[in-house]
Amino acid sequence: MDYRVRLEVFEGPLDLLLHLIKKNELDIFNIPIAEITADYLNYIKLFRRLNLDFAGEFLVMASTLIHIKSRMLLPPAETVEEEELEDPRQELAARLLEYQKFKEAASILKEREAIQRNVYGRLPLIPQDEDYTIEATLFDLLDAFQKVVIRAEKEVREIIQEDISIEDRIREILNLLENKRFINFEAIFTGQRTKRLLIVTFLALLELIRLKRVFARQAEAFGVIRIYRAREELLA
Amino acid sequence: MMEKEKIKSIIECLLFFSDKPLSIDKLAEIIEIENREEMKEAIEELEREYELRNSGLQVLNIAEGYQFCTRPEFSSWVRRLYKSQTTFYLSLAALETLSIIAYKQPVTRAEIEKIRGVDTSYVLRTLLERKLIRISGRKKLPGRPIIYGTTQEFLRYFGLKDLSEIPSLDEIKPPVSG
Repeated sequence: MDYRVRLEVFEGPLDLLLHLIKKNELDIFNIPIAEITADYLNYIKLFRRLNLDFAGEFLVMASTLIHIKSRMLLPPAETVEEEELEDPRQELAARLLEYQKFKEAASILKEREAIQRNVYGRLPLIPQDEDYTIEATLFDLLDAFQKVVIRAEKEVREIIQEDISIEDRIREILNLLENKRFINFEAIFTGQRTKRLLIVTFLALLELIRLKRVFARQAEAFGVIRIYRAREELLA
Repeated sequence: MMEKEKIKSIIECLLFFSDKPLSIDKLAEIIEIENREEMKEAIEELEREYELRNSGLQVLNIAEGYQFCTRPEFSSWVRRLYKSQTTFYLSLAALETLSIIAYKQPVTRAEIEKIRGVDTSYVLRTLLERKLIRISGRKKLPGRPIIYGTTQEFLRYFGLKDLSEIPSLDEIKPPVSG
């Protein structure tokens, strides 16, 4: 069976290079390019053998290294003045140094994160559910509503004259949420058999969201939408 | 003129009730006190009082404001009560990206990727979702690329008073190699 493992150990080619430099105790300002290129390519081979899924940027860096190596092998063009002669490794060294700084900054943030993890503030009044932390946007809601409408259209039904106001639907939605922290978006529409009722229901929901009496949340973008009751409602 | 003790008590109430840091300006606006120094003094006195009586709570100067928080030494007790607290830590990629944004903001995705050397779109989306960064506008460049900046939540998450609290890039000494 063919399976791939995401490569998480190295953040990217620069990270791998820094690792190799540290491991071999090399000087960033004077990188033995032939040595490090060989070392780097060995890693790439190893990634391949282990069937690791690595980013294309690793290959770009490999070609950069080989390019620098070849430039170092070539004698400098005679027309170039001595002082204009630039070490082909210079740009790479600058990138590595800059990256290293941010890596260090990241580790400072990591320390702070660990400390701050043990400090608790008040919980927000909006009930939070493990994963359902993303506020659904109007577009998310519209997409979800469209699906409900399409599904409803497929169902055969008799045409009945039924009139209900948005206010009534608001009350009904709040009733649905009674004693519950949330209900799924679709659940609000069950039993609404005409297009008009579906639309009235949707408008009622939007109104409730605007009034901050309910919150539409999802675990991930384009994920299932849950409608949560505001905490104040729970306490009331 | 309101007496100081009363101001302190009002601040205490507001900090207790709020689920996010309250800025001096916000507090001053609510309590209707013009003098920022007076406000600051009252908050700092409250801060000291809580510290002196070995309270389990502290008035924390965080994210350009003040918030009541538990003391870290009591975290294990809080966790007994609040078990669902997720122990979700940011990935290294996320931390790297965040530090680049924190120092270089406003910054485009291309600029971040130039430093990191890898695709960063997924990480940026995660950070946006967690409200640690925000889209702060568009750069006046061809294609008008989106620019990113850090948020108040970023400061709160890392327990920072403001951005000046992170060490400057020159102060950061990378481990000497070679």
